Amino acid sequence: MIETHDLRRSFASRKGTVEAVAGVDLDVKRGEIFGFLGPNGAGKTTTLRMLSTLLPLTSGDATVAGFDLRRDPAKVRYQIGYVSQEGSSAPEIPGRSELAIQGRLYGMTKTRAAERAAELIAALELADCADRPTRTYSGGQKRRLDIGIGLMHLPQLLFLDEPTTGLDPQSRARMWDEVRGLRDTGTTVFLTTHYLEEADALCDRIAIIDHGKIVALGTPDELKRQVAGDVVVVGTDNAGARSLELLSAQAFVRDATLVDGVVRLYVDRGETAMPQILRTLDSAGIALESLSLNRPSLDDVFLRQTGRSLRDAA
Amino acid sequence: MKLLKDTWLMFQRYLFVFLRNPAWVAIGVLQPVLYLVLFAPLLKSLTQAPGFPSGGAYNVFVPGLLIQLGLFGASGVGFGLIAELRAGVIERFRVTPVSRFALLLGRALRDILTLVAQSLILLLLAIPFGLQPTVFGVFVMLGLVALIGLGMSSLAYAAALALKSEDSYAPLIFTLSLPLLLLSGVLLPLQLAPDWLQHVAQANPLSYAVTAARDVFNGHGADPDVFKGLAIMAALAVVGVLVGARRFSRAIS
Repeated sequence: MIETHDLRRSFASRKGTVEAVAGVDLDVKRGEIFGFLGPNGAGKTTTLRMLSTLLPLTSGDATVAGFDLRRDPAKVRYQIGYVSQEGSSAPEIPGRSELAIQGRLYGMTKTRAAERAAELIAALELADCADRPTRTYSGGQKRRLDIGIGLMHLPQLLFLDEPTTGLDPQSRARMWDEVRGLRDTGTTVFLTTHYLEEADALCDRIAIIDHGKIVALGTPDELKRQVAGDVVVVGTDNAGARSLELLSAQAFVRDATLVDGVVRLYVDRGETAMPQILRTLDSAGIALESLSLNRPSLDDVFLRQTGRSLRDAA
Repeated sequence: MKLLKDTWLMFQRYLFVFLRNPAWVAIGVLQPVLYLVLFAPLLKSLTQAPGFPSGGAYNVFVPGLLIQLGLFGASGVGFGLIAELRAGVIERFRVTPVSRFALLLGRALRDILTLVAQSLILLLLAIPFGLQPTVFGVFVMLGLVALIGLGMSSLAYAAALALKSEDSYAPLIFTLSLPLLLLSGVLLPLQLAPDWLQHVAQANPLSYAVTAARDVFNGHGADPDVFKGLAIMAALAVVGVLVGARRFSRAIS
């Protein structure tokens, strides 16, 4: 559905040229929910805007929904829907009118556009507010309307830019259900997020992006398996650096990082590693504040690849 | 065909937004009415001054006032566009296959309709003061206002898309519209101006529109200046539309 090769985009800034997207290769399959996970400023939105014809490519090639993005942006536009982070409706216009005009811009007749709008209003449970100006909508209603606008012309591929940012947990869960429902109808969804749980729970496959480059790509499980074994998190009283030094020298530690004074150790078997960690720190006279054993999360994947925690970076 | 259909859809959308708040028509007319009531009477005693065009104070002043209405009305349209830009509406349209010309023309047509309605109101209000319009004069006048509306609002939209913020858009239009107004001869005929000022004013396209409007209201409808004014405003409109549509099709990042 999407294939890119060495996709790049640079912007001119006062300090010179900044490469926001620095060579992205993607292969998104028909019918999957593909997540683009990364901190703010990693290049997620820029990539999305290029793939949805809003921003010209600086270099590279891309095929979107069967058409060449550079040569045939007009044909790409008929096949895709795009829901931006900022929203998409005018505050003084009722949701139903926004849906209808969207359909007509894709060439639907007035009757067909009204039918399709009514379908979406029912499916997205917007009946209560559809004929009121959108300025009166709640955050969740507004976001559902945005999705409806993006889906009005039955696109094969829907781009969602941070679909749940700013939503309360209930609306977020609701949005996840909507997105899963789309996959069931055969629509391919490409979404960006900086929420680990969202990428983990919702996406079939994930690309992790940092500084404009893809640092990891796979299903959430595959990615977590790359960080083999268990993660032991060691908290000390101001002795993070020394603990890191001591522990990473141990044979059973495959990898170790220090973020915000907390040491994360990647080990094959957490149960056997924990006593050894205790002994090592004890003999060095380092007081332990906390010790916990975790399964690797997507954050560990990010941490391993970039040396930073996504929670801090985002 | 697609261009016409898309333009019509966009026009309907913006007309709907506008009709929800028709008070803006009246607010737009208010300022020129104040000029009519509080400024035009001053001109009565000037009509005898050497160089003042014949035809009476109101037949000289009101045509210029309508050009001013067009200039000020059109230069403010960018504020609404910046609000839409912020709401994500423009980006949403740019992902659709809608014609980029239609994104501009739909809006600009709504602006023209507004300006023409305001002009008619102002013309009617000016009659009791002493304006003596002719049917031909009114038609040419509305044509001039419509062309100014198209050209200036397109340029205003282009500026709004480039600047993306009210904080830089507002100073720009206030800084530009005042010299355009002063050098157009709207307030006082340029015939009263010293030579150097007349020369500077020749660089202002709006001064030709004011001359044409005055001529046509004062029995010189066949004067070449009328045609010249219309032609220059038509050229302004073409340039404005090209610049504006280019902006709409370019990336807004």
